[in-house]
Amino acid sequence: MKARFLIPLGIFLAMAGLFWFVLNQMNSGEYNPRELPSALIDKPAPVFELPSLHKPDQSIGTPNFIGQVSLFNVWASWCVSCRVEHPFFMELAQRNEIPIYGLNYKDERADALRWLIQLGDPYVASAFDYEGRVGIDWGVYGVPETFVVDKQGKIRMRYPGPVTAEVWERKFVPLIAQLRSEQG
Amino acid sequence: MMRCLLPGLVMALLLGVAGVGTAAIESFSFDSPEQEARFKTLSGQLRCLVCQNQSIGDSNAELAQDLRREVYEMIKAGQDDAQIVTFLVDRYGDFVLYKPPVTSTTALLWAGPFLLIVIGLVFLIRFIRTRVAATATDEALSDEEQARLDALLDPSAKEPRP
Repeated sequence: MKARFLIPLGIFLAMAGLFWFVLNQMNSGEYNPRELPSALIDKPAPVFELPSLHKPDQSIGTPNFIGQVSLFNVWASWCVSCRVEHPFFMELAQRNEIPIYGLNYKDERADALRWLIQLGDPYVASAFDYEGRVGIDWGVYGVPETFVVDKQGKIRMRYPGPVTAEVWERKFVPLIAQLRSEQG
Repeated sequence: MMRCLLPGLVMALLLGVAGVGTAAIESFSFDSPEQEARFKTLSGQLRCLVCQNQSIGDSNAELAQDLRREVYEMIKAGQDDAQIVTFLVDRYGDFVLYKPPVTSTTALLWAGPFLLIVIGLVFLIRFIRTRVAATATDEALSDEEQARLDALLDPSAKEPRP
């Protein structure tokens, strides 16, 4: 038991190693302690029917998702991070990469429409969720959030926070390729 | 990561006491004191997903306000506590509960303290046993020590007094 005095040093090194590992993961964006897993993964998208942002007399809802792999992006004109991800969604829309549906969350219609006119509209259509109830059904806890919905209308991924080109390549591209190869 | 609700949170913090106060001003009217008590208990047990160390009852975040409204309306509609909790867990997962259910992922969380007690007890018992064993062997004097002790106790021996 000569090396007994080394035990605290060993414990210290183990803890320091663990902390270093976690901090490193946080810095690289691999791990975010505030990021919550969605309770809806692999479950059918919550059924909803909301008026369209542009045409209040038309409705947008769950049936829009069926038959294609699509994105469902929760956004608002008051949301700062939505401005961060917006140019990238414009790029995706111009490349015709994937249909993007929007959920305009707890916003004023006029503000939202102005936002789209000023910055461009990457969405096939945006649903207008003034009260945020559809947001609750989807488990939204912050804006922006982006869901990947498969051909059967099931939620396969939820990404909280702004989607950047880097995030897109790392998290979305492989999944979307896989979902497209699945039977519709 | 910058979430959009964060600036609102910061603002609430800056407003300080004023921000805390407004959470209580919201007026919900209940049919009975029993309903109100249920509302208070439930909103204390559910976690606000935005400011994760506050319950939806404490938090002033927009989402917490919306969830309070949701809970209130479900209580008014006559749903029981289990139904309300299920509604929220279906949408936000177990994280919305301050008291997580026992599952394979939370088993360590629940059993951890008891494991630590057991480990501590094992160490304590081992420590006490080695101490007892050590003092027991110390009691026996060697021949030399015994001779010296006898000499000290012997009144006829002539030792110089200090």
